[in-house]
Amino acid sequence: MGGKAFALAELVRHDVRVPDFICFSVDAYQQYVEATGLQARIQLEFFRKEFSQMRWEEMWDAALRIQHMFQTTPWPAALRDEIVQGIESHFGSRPVVVRSSAPGEDAQQSSFAGLHESFVNIRGTDAILDHIKLVWASLWSDAALLYRKELNLEVETSRMAVIVQELIAGEVSGIVFSQSPVEASQTVIEAVYGLNQALVDGSTEPDRWTLHRKDGTVLSCQVADKTNMTVPDNHGLRTEDIPPDKVESPCLSSTQVQEIFQIAEKLEKNFSAPQDIEWTFRHGKLFTLQSRPITTQIEDSRNWYMTLRRSFENLQDLKAEIQNHLIPQMIHDAETMYTTDLARFSDRELLLEIDKRKEIFKHWQKIYWDKFIPFAHGVRLFGQFYNQAVKPADPYEFVDLLAHTPMQSTRRNAMLGHLVTKLQRNPQLAHTLKHDPERLDENFKNQLREFHAEYGNQARGIADTPDDQNRLVNLLLEMASGNPNPAKVRGKNPAALEQNYFRVFNADQQEHAAEVLELARVSYQLRDDDNIYLGKIERAAVTAMQEYQHRAQQQDQAQHACRNYEEMIASLKEIQQAPRKGFPVSKTDSSYVLKPRQLIGQPAAVGVATGKAKVIAESQQLYEVKSGEIIICDSIDPNMTFIVPLIAAIVERRGGMLIHGAIIAREYGIPCVTGIPKATSIIHTGDTLTVDGHLGIITIHTEENDGD
Amino acid sequence: MQNTAKAKKQLQELFRKQRLAVLSTQNPEGPYGSLIAFAHTEDLREIIFATSRNTRKYANLSVHKQVALLIDNRSNKTADFRRAVAATAIGKNREIFKRKNSRHLRLYLEKHPYLKEFVEAPTCALLSVSVEKYYIVNRFQQVVELHLKK
Repeated sequence: MGGKAFALAELVRHDVRVPDFICFSVDAYQQYVEATGLQARIQLEFFRKEFSQMRWEEMWDAALRIQHMFQTTPWPAALRDEIVQGIESHFGSRPVVVRSSAPGEDAQQSSFAGLHESFVNIRGTDAILDHIKLVWASLWSDAALLYRKELNLEVETSRMAVIVQELIAGEVSGIVFSQSPVEASQTVIEAVYGLNQALVDGSTEPDRWTLHRKDGTVLSCQVADKTNMTVPDNHGLRTEDIPPDKVESPCLSSTQVQEIFQIAEKLEKNFSAPQDIEWTFRHGKLFTLQSRPITTQIEDSRNWYMTLRRSFENLQDLKAEIQNHLIPQMIHDAETMYTTDLARFSDRELLLEIDKRKEIFKHWQKIYWDKFIPFAHGVRLFGQFYNQAVKPADPYEFVDLLAHTPMQSTRRNAMLGHLVTKLQRNPQLAHTLKHDPERLDENFKNQLREFHAEYGNQARGIADTPDDQNRLVNLLLEMASGNPNPAKVRGKNPAALEQNYFRVFNADQQEHAAEVLELARVSYQLRDDDNIYLGKIERAAVTAMQEYQHRAQQQDQAQHACRNYEEMIASLKEIQQAPRKGFPVSKTDSSYVLKPRQLIGQPAAVGVATGKAKVIAESQQLYEVKSGEIIICDSIDPNMTFIVPLIAAIVERRGGMLIHGAIIAREYGIPCVTGIPKATSIIHTGDTLTVDGHLGIITIHTEENDGD
Repeated sequence: MQNTAKAKKQLQELFRKQRLAVLSTQNPEGPYGSLIAFAHTEDLREIIFATSRNTRKYANLSVHKQVALLIDNRSNKTADFRRAVAATAIGKNREIFKRKNSRHLRLYLEKHPYLKEFVEAPTCALLSVSVEKYYIVNRFQQVVELHLKK
């Protein structure tokens, strides 16, 4: 029955008041996944890559697909009937909490709190059935996959029980540690008005008591600066203001504090271990919601990934900060640097300016990691919300809804596309551009300047030096000679998808649905734009270094480590450039030759294309790309995507369905496969490839195996 | 993605543990499949098997030298999509003269001692496939080619 359910049963056995509950054992999960064939589908989900090679984003993608499988796979009739009977006979129409109870979930040695799902205030049999499946799906959540070793997670043997528990809408709720994790002689109580959710997700600061463990003497009481509380409504939870007369007073009376202390003392004795207990007071009665051993949090880098999972409210706050403060400041910093005339600085002033720009870049790089990357989770949150509401056939349909959200990169590409169209329509203009650019008409020259002014110093490699301008000209001519891909609507129309999305919500849910969509749009836009802006700041720092290098060369000072753009970037980021390893070939016995034939990755954008590979190891190589080629790169960022209209497909080493390469490939309707380990060393420039964006397969053709 | 040494080791491990292989031969009417007991040389260059001379496969082998062999470790469960390895060997077959202490016969009977009487019968032929290349499939769709140069 799993740890939580067992603990609840023990509480009942010890006459502790708990909400009415029912447990659906692990056998129900097993029956469901076997009868529906879901177990085999989950097994297949993990064929692409060893877990040890997966990024967190790839685990999140796998978890979303598995969640979608559970959401869209119907119940076997007999199992459904049995569960419905249990729910209706026990709860009738009362709202409930649906929560996980996995074997080993709350074991003594380690804490896996928050890895699996719980859903509060679920109403109606159908909704309860849906949420049971979602709890089951959370056995394979991204967090569970991160901690799979500790959880002994295996498709063949891992199972999940589910508790359905009456919702007790307490006036005050909280937790108690029977033994403080930081001071063994103390008990700690934390409390909030309303439900526990705000405490659990960290969005509300609780009132806090410490007590002497031996006799319950209150040692300290800290009243938090609290303004709101979480309460249930007709469809879920909402935040409302705390009545003014309660804001500054403690949530709990001294009697209530003692009552909680006594329960904690009792349960620690019953379970023979210090306990972490969730409780709530309703109409003066104390209910124990959950009790588990106090465990040690695993401290490692995976904790950072867990911080990326933000609540809607948290993301809304982040959105406001980013839109109203951070992005405007970032744009201002970039423009200030670009309008500064470096030529007028003395050598010493220039060195100070370089240091200053490095610090500005590092400041924004930190903001990028601390704020922008977590905010990208807004798209993922929308994906889960959309799938739960709409239940589409394609778990990534939500990305199609967001397609064509205006982004800096697509604006830039449209501007480039406009120049290309002019060249295509006027062969004489193209000839003049190629052979005698000084004689270009002023109109075209102005448009080129306008492009440089707006984007020339953002996109890596497109800059103001004569060499870079020549590269841009060559790129324009190459685009004009081929058939560049316009950004086009593929498959379903975003407007139609949006209409359908709003159609599934009741009138009183429309506002929230609109807010979640708006959050997703801003997140989608920003995760592209922030790279463009950061690239601009990066470029400004490099420009200052290039100015210094230029002066030093003129003064014949030879001691420069930075000889090209990539080295400057590396020094800016203080990255050690490791030598690239090629596809390993046996050095001892050349009579055995291993060649890749078929590689598997994530099908990040649908379509199929065959063409010559162009491996991009350095940004300047983007200018060597020919029309119809397939670019192979470690990871593509928005500063590189100006060549997407030219290419047939994208292959990336970095994995994920929502990475920049995948997003831009969808915008332009070209196939993209991501998550190919060592892509840039296994595939060589000139190889003939077929990229299958439906299956996530790259086929490398050779003369010998063509036609296999 | 594997390197050459790992790929060789994987094949050697697979061939050691598997006793049977699927042999594909051809005739004017079309392709033909047979289940055979096989052995292999440690350098992976030869795969050895035996067959009655009165079989369809022997007739095919006599006419068309080019064959394919499939050796895999499936468990017949869905976990195979993640864990199973399959190797297809492509090469040319030839009949081996069954001298008493021949290397080929020795290798074959070390692996299949219960087939001693079968192999030693005058109506049974011992054959070897000189492998030109292997296609090795891991994780359902990941494929590498191991070419064996002379």
